[in-house]
Amino acid sequence: MTEKPVLEVKGLTLDFATRRGTLRALDGVSFTIGRGEVLGVVGESGAGKSLTGTAIIGLVERPGRITGGEIRLNGQRIDNLPPKEMRAIRGRKIGMIFQDPLTSLNPVFRIGDQLTETLQAHLPLSKAEARQRAIELLIEVGIPAPEKRIDGYPHEFSGGMRQRVVIALALAAGPDLIIADEPTTALDVSVQAQIITLLKRLCRTRGTSVMLITHDMGVIAETADRVAVMYAGRIAEIGPVADVIRHPRHPYARGLMGAIPALDTRVKRLTQISGSMPRLDSIPKGCAFQPRCTMAIPRCSLERPELVQAGASRAACWLTNAETEVPA
Amino acid sequence: MSEPILEVTDLRRLFDVSKPWLERVVAREPRQLLTAVDEVSFTINKGETFALVGESGSGKSTVAKMVVGLLGPSGGRVRFAGVPEGQRPRPGMVQMIFQDPYASLNPRWRVADIIAEPMIVTGTRKDAASRAARVAELLTLVGLSPKDGDKYPHQFSGGQRQRIAIARALSSEPEFIVCDEPTSALDVSVQAQILNLMRELQERLGLTYLFISHNLAVVRHMAHRIGVMYLGRLVEVQESDALFLAPKHPYTRLLIDAVPNLAEIGRDRVPVQGEVPSPINPPSGCTFHPRCPIAMPVCSRERPAFRDGAACHALAPQTVAAE
Repeated sequence: MTEKPVLEVKGLTLDFATRRGTLRALDGVSFTIGRGEVLGVVGESGAGKSLTGTAIIGLVERPGRITGGEIRLNGQRIDNLPPKEMRAIRGRKIGMIFQDPLTSLNPVFRIGDQLTETLQAHLPLSKAEARQRAIELLIEVGIPAPEKRIDGYPHEFSGGMRQRVVIALALAAGPDLIIADEPTTALDVSVQAQIITLLKRLCRTRGTSVMLITHDMGVIAETADRVAVMYAGRIAEIGPVADVIRHPRHPYARGLMGAIPALDTRVKRLTQISGSMPRLDSIPKGCAFQPRCTMAIPRCSLERPELVQAGASRAACWLTNAETEVPA
Repeated sequence: MSEPILEVTDLRRLFDVSKPWLERVVAREPRQLLTAVDEVSFTINKGETFALVGESGSGKSTVAKMVVGLLGPSGGRVRFAGVPEGQRPRPGMVQMIFQDPYASLNPRWRVADIIAEPMIVTGTRKDAASRAARVAELLTLVGLSPKDGDKYPHQFSGGQRQRIAIARALSSEPEFIVCDEPTSALDVSVQAQILNLMRELQERLGLTYLFISHNLAVVRHMAHRIGVMYLGRLVEVQESDALFLAPKHPYTRLLIDAVPNLAEIGRDRVPVQGEVPSPINPPSGCTFHPRCPIAMPVCSRERPAFRDGAACHALAPQTVAAE
């Protein structure tokens, strides 16, 4: 990639100071997202995928605090900006789509008011221009009869239509990056398919980069260019979607792919990873996955593996690390 | 294997969704009824897993509740094998596993008490010592330790709680278990553990499952036969393999097609438009016709009959010829 990435996250570390000591929720998370690229972020609950998104848009709530690393948007560092400057970036340069469209829209304002407010906050538009722009946006996201629907309230829209409005809001100011946190989890499958197609089409035509956070590997397979698999606040594996799905290198990624029931084949038993993800206060030393790993070697419980090249992907595992001599 | 354990015939359930009585009378509005389940018939054979799939509002959970007897039907019958007409099966013969293991276990009770309760209620084991022995046995059976019986539900993770819920369901020695979205609240790796456990238990204990889920891949993994529901009606019933290889009803095809698939990386698709209509005011004729890619004029007029495993006009040769 010769072009500069839109987003660059380097060694991002996030701590929660609690009465019982500091909990490390993100530990040295590094990745980049190129222009027009869709990066999928998967992991189980508590893996830190949503937190990564929240950290990027600067909405980490106390007692959480970024304690290390940096986040760059178009080369500019944004993790240490004062709140006022961050507000100008949020919505303008980075758009957001959250899981539940009902809670991300204000129930007492008309759809049109919410769209024009966002547009006017970021772009120099008159009221009439903003309204015109809002109607265009609603057409773009496929809302029928937008001239009429623009004066409707969120409760008058169905789940899928609401999520379309949320997408219109995220795209309103023409951001470089959209962070979509479980955008289809609250929707039925047939509607989910519509929303995924829409999101893909819009980002492709506009050249917007997307960080797609979801627990559904299927959604990632269809949408993302690259995927990062997170585990216990760290990236276990990152690489092109086809490689990570077909040839996962990290034992956790491999277990995860085997655990997903497939539509076209029926297996006798799903691969199961015994145990569950460690709590933040008891993340083991060395590799965080080591207690559940069937292939662990002594080194795994002593030293933490870094992300190293493994095929087309990069994995944080001692077994794929060239400097480890794997016992035959 | 082929002997039926449950027979459901023309099951129907209405819900009254009218405004409060006074308001309704003042506004001179008629009563408003919602048909949650209509004309649902199926049989489940001993030892098999029958799954009901559908999107939200399709009535699959309502069917589940009527089968276990938590809801009374507005019409039709639920009949278990060997149970005389109009009677419920022996207490404890039918059990249920719920979706949310955080809500289905009493937080103030110890796990051992939770698991022992069905034995007390159904009177299967009268003395405390034999109950305690059985609780320990059940905990081991679901992959927990007998010592876990002294703990409280909050000390367990979601997957472990679902194991406790399964142990509780098994304690009354049921033959038939209704599982209402048992893994939807769980992460995939934990979901795999629970699904594997449920299949193992079925083989070991000869259980019969009615499995409710919106996740087609999970259903494919678990079920021998599958019923697809749409707006309260059963639109297709088939053997699992046949359903996925050659779906008959256009809605089944839509559903299978809409599931994001790991095997199809970067697929671009043309999704079916529209959403599930409101069950309060369902479309006329075949309720799927407004979204159906192969709808004919007759579809909006007449309700299709359920024939040869599916309810669709396009599958009846005479109708197609007449159009």
